[in-house]
Amino acid sequence: MGKFGVGQPVRRVEDQRFLTGTGRFTDDINVDGQLHLYVLRSPYAHAEIRKIDSAAAAAASGVVAVFTGADFETLGVGPIPVAAIPPANDGVKRTAPFRPAIATGRVRYVGEPVVGVVADTLANARDASELIEIDYAELPVAATMPDALASGATALHAPQYPSNLLLHWAIGDDAATKEAFAKADKIVAIDIVNTRISPTAIEPRAVIGEVDANGRITLTLPTQGGHGQRRWLASSVLKVPESQIRIVTPDVGGAFGMKNFLFNETVICAVAARELKKPVKWTADRSESFLNDVHGRDQLSHAEMALTKDGKFLGIRVSSLGNVGAYLSQFGAFIPTAAGGAMHCGAYVFPAAAVDVKVVMTNTTPLDAYRGAGRPEAAYLVERLVEKAARELGIPSVELRRRNFIKPEQFPFKTALGQTYDSGRYEEVMDAALTRADYAGIAARRAEAKTRGKLRGIGVSYYVEACAGGSGEQPVLSFDRNGKLTIRIGTQNNGQGHETVYAQLAAGLFDMELEDITIIQGDTDEVPTGNGTGGSRSIPVGGSAVQLNVAKMIDQGKSLAAEMMEAATVDVEFADGKFRIAGTDRAVGLKDVIAASFDGKRPDGVTEGLRVSENFNPSGATFPNGCHVCEVDVDPETGTVAFVRYTIQDDLGIAVNPMTMAGQIYGGAVQGLGQALYEEAIYDSTGQLLTGSFMDYCMPRADNTPSFDFAYTEVPTPRNALGAKGAGEAGTIGATPAVANAVLDALAAVGVTHLDMPMTPLRIWQAIQSAQGKAA
Amino acid sequence: MYAFDYTRPKDLAAAAQSFAGSDEPVYMAGGQTLIPTLKQRLRRPSLVVDLGALPELKGIAVAGNLVTIGAMATHAEVAASADVRRAIPALADLAQHIGDPQVRNRGTLGGSIANADPAADYPAAIVALGATVYTPTRSIADADFFTGMFETALEPGELVVKVAFPVPKRAAYMKFRNPASRYAIVGVMVAETASGIRVAVTGAGPSVFRVPEMEAALAKSFTADAVKAIAVPVDDLNADLHATAEYRAHLIGVMAARAVVAIA
Amino acid sequence: MQVTLKINGNERSAEIEPRTLLVELLRDTFGLTGTHVGCDTSQCGACSVHLDGKVIKACTMLAAQAEGCSVTTIEGIAPANGPLHPMQAAFREHHGLQCGFCTPGMVMSALALVERHKGKPLDEATIRHELEGNLCRCTGYHGIVAAIAAGARAMEG
Repeated sequence: MGKFGVGQPVRRVEDQRFLTGTGRFTDDINVDGQLHLYVLRSPYAHAEIRKIDSAAAAAASGVVAVFTGADFETLGVGPIPVAAIPPANDGVKRTAPFRPAIATGRVRYVGEPVVGVVADTLANARDASELIEIDYAELPVAATMPDALASGATALHAPQYPSNLLLHWAIGDDAATKEAFAKADKIVAIDIVNTRISPTAIEPRAVIGEVDANGRITLTLPTQGGHGQRRWLASSVLKVPESQIRIVTPDVGGAFGMKNFLFNETVICAVAARELKKPVKWTADRSESFLNDVHGRDQLSHAEMALTKDGKFLGIRVSSLGNVGAYLSQFGAFIPTAAGGAMHCGAYVFPAAAVDVKVVMTNTTPLDAYRGAGRPEAAYLVERLVEKAARELGIPSVELRRRNFIKPEQFPFKTALGQTYDSGRYEEVMDAALTRADYAGIAARRAEAKTRGKLRGIGVSYYVEACAGGSGEQPVLSFDRNGKLTIRIGTQNNGQGHETVYAQLAAGLFDMELEDITIIQGDTDEVPTGNGTGGSRSIPVGGSAVQLNVAKMIDQGKSLAAEMMEAATVDVEFADGKFRIAGTDRAVGLKDVIAASFDGKRPDGVTEGLRVSENFNPSGATFPNGCHVCEVDVDPETGTVAFVRYTIQDDLGIAVNPMTMAGQIYGGAVQGLGQALYEEAIYDSTGQLLTGSFMDYCMPRADNTPSFDFAYTEVPTPRNALGAKGAGEAGTIGATPAVANAVLDALAAVGVTHLDMPMTPLRIWQAIQSAQGKAA
Repeated sequence: MYAFDYTRPKDLAAAAQSFAGSDEPVYMAGGQTLIPTLKQRLRRPSLVVDLGALPELKGIAVAGNLVTIGAMATHAEVAASADVRRAIPALADLAQHIGDPQVRNRGTLGGSIANADPAADYPAAIVALGATVYTPTRSIADADFFTGMFETALEPGELVVKVAFPVPKRAAYMKFRNPASRYAIVGVMVAETASGIRVAVTGAGPSVFRVPEMEAALAKSFTADAVKAIAVPVDDLNADLHATAEYRAHLIGVMAARAVVAIA
Repeated sequence: MQVTLKINGNERSAEIEPRTLLVELLRDTFGLTGTHVGCDTSQCGACSVHLDGKVIKACTMLAAQAEGCSVTTIEGIAPANGPLHPMQAAFREHHGLQCGFCTPGMVMSALALVERHKGKPLDEATIRHELEGNLCRCTGYHGIVAAIAAGARAMEG
């Protein structure tokens, strides 16, 4: 297929600007006459706002305006909406708790915006904010889910919600599951904590709000696709037609789900720009990022598995609490329920399954999708439970997996939780990983490590995840007179390399040079429609849409070429950049056909520049899957974990660009191991965020992470035209359980049977002491 | 940051004069602690006196059995100094593991000890090696310099000019790092000095301290087992998200033992 | 106050407030936005530049402290549309960047660490250790480490 097209590790076109420092991130942009927004935030997790005295601030040097929640109410600014609330068990439709962009009457989490100060310089805005006096009356704080659900807990959103239970959701078959458990030889139970994570994209959020003479608002900010945010702003917040808002997204410095959502500061900049008729810019500092970027995960689960004594899985039931924080973010309630809930069968045949989730509000930062969004939680739980079952039954966990995997011939496979998995060769993929990881040789390595005083552990996870389903994508493709192709597409690159991967697809199909293809993203004026980047959808859905539209352009080209050569369209084939009459050497080149398309007389169905815009809809979700094998040494004297070896074998469907695909796996895996070993966003009982900077929030760094031995097996999916399953989140989903299982395997030797994340040196040491009956 | 005035004096006298002439002056050495503090608006100085141009504060010299390091010597300079490495390799190692490469190129010995962060590394070296801190007007012995959490014997306006480290017979520094901040949760320097064995611990308490029981045990038997047998009391040890007092107490033994093994 | 310094080989002067950070001077005054700000506790390294040949964090330095010094930013390593430095080319070849936000700081740190290890072996463990002051959230460091090893070899020539 030449140097482009599917399967080529094409080096990225976007690298030139990033490497030379000429990328354009939102904070790099400055607009003439711009004002600066500083946001004063709540120091309390729960309090009534009795009084705000901002007169001194308003009069301070350089200050142009001060906005409170009451001001926004007066201006008719609507609430930040949600996108989806899953159906509740009681059948009662839920509406989202009211979420003002600036706290109104009450603050519900530390960091919630309370006042917006706009001034000529950021320093002046910040200085002025220190002159604001706010009278707070503290209210009882529910910092944890159990606290929030305890009787007597203060309801965050009374009277609309008299308790902090937003909804109770369930999936599966209770009766069948009960029956399965009744028949079981063995029931294995586990209590699992899935810790709260700060996404920590290295680029902090920033927004520039501008308004033109007609009152049309342009917002420049990092997103994962501006169309969704435009819709939310237009419909709920600003109450204007979508045509009155333009969202521009320049380069984005990492997103991981978080930058998909509509944040308070975006709204404040939009309103401030509109009211002041001047550009208003805001950039988060890192402590604000920790406080007000949506957090991820934060679930508590009790799970049980029913098995025969031979290790055949009979059923699984899971009961979870899922935290959404103080306000519901756009998909916050979706993540622990519909997104992840249905994946609790994992890679296995469970004849019966039942999952229920209580979605709980707490006085903490709102939560929403974070790389994997519900599926990491499910995979972590299932793979921890499999390991526990293995230990309790005395059957090696790899063997337990083997006995219960969905077999290749069973696909498409409908699980007891209603998901229909597309394709897979799980056992083959696992064996490939185990072989490369020399899993069989672990005993000798364990013994060798012991001579150095280290506890060697090896951990396996077999993950399967669901992604890239749902909405379609409808790009616009057109050539200019000189044969240069433009692809306008409504996904949003934030590190994945779309500019290259979409281009290589088209280049491969047209036999064109990459530099003759331009990808346009990140502007709702330039890209008519889009469903954004998230859920690993860009290559499977966006790429398939590109491929579909290229095929349509080629069809058009054939039609026009046929006319140019006075032949029948059906006799024209396209190959090597030429339209040729089959069986002859009469041909016209692509560039000639494109030029001809501008010359007025075109056959029906042929547009100028061969312009097309077909919608591609995936026929369902895809199910990337794979095996992670992690080998570690634990130093029992300090509790430190050192990586020895990390092996991954994935089935991500067809690999479009193997280089960028591997990059997604490496980055995702490090985020996954980060949760297992290092990261946790921790609140104290008064709702103060204790991990508000990199001094306390422990990041994976180059010196505490491994290199990866990664290979893949291509099992195509029938769910999209490319056969690609998506790679954006798979690494994260597979890594967390593999690393946790490795540490637990190491610690089994000294009697530790359970440990929760993050498995920090302190916690590992304490677990060892406890297991050995020593004080810790 | 709040607004402040700035001056970069050319000699000590000018520095003292600028300092005395301001309401809320502060000295700035490498700025690796001061600037983050100012950025968070935790301090509001009226004047920042930049010590970067003072010739009296520069330099590393080894003469006889003293390694004298100027207050403005950066951690990178100390770590890379062939003289320091030859005379007191443990000191070069300690400097090499402060912060990260970028921080080491700006952070200074004087700035670090004047700040007296309980988790800083140099205090362990100063106390273990029996160093002397020199200000423009006096010398301060190691035992007298660090007086509490972020507290030293320095008078307001008094700055560190240089520190003289006696060369030990042998010494080693072992540190257990906070996985997030990379500061010392526990840092232990074990040194055999002219006046005997010293074990100095940083990171574990509000300020650097010696462990006389370990010193006595090592004097009898310079082995890892000798120190592992000593239980450091947990009262008065720091506790935070990353390490309980009990864990710190335990780590003191582990790091001390590793330091002993390195030079036994 | 006025500050005068060399930036990427050119002498530049500006009128600034004393509290102006070096990174603010570079980004806001001189429009050299390749140097990025990613944190407020001097830990992410996205702001790394070379000052008199040594890599430092521009967010943790006053512009005034750079008076009379020579600063090299990412823009000084290669022109925007021009041929890449061998280290930058290695980053591209080995997929050592994804979103690009940490990349300028990574490249500046990489160049400095190669310089510090001239003539000495540069293995994976050393590279990883020397990157302690640079955070990346996208790549998982795998591609960065591979790139730096290759870039170092290419620079040896």
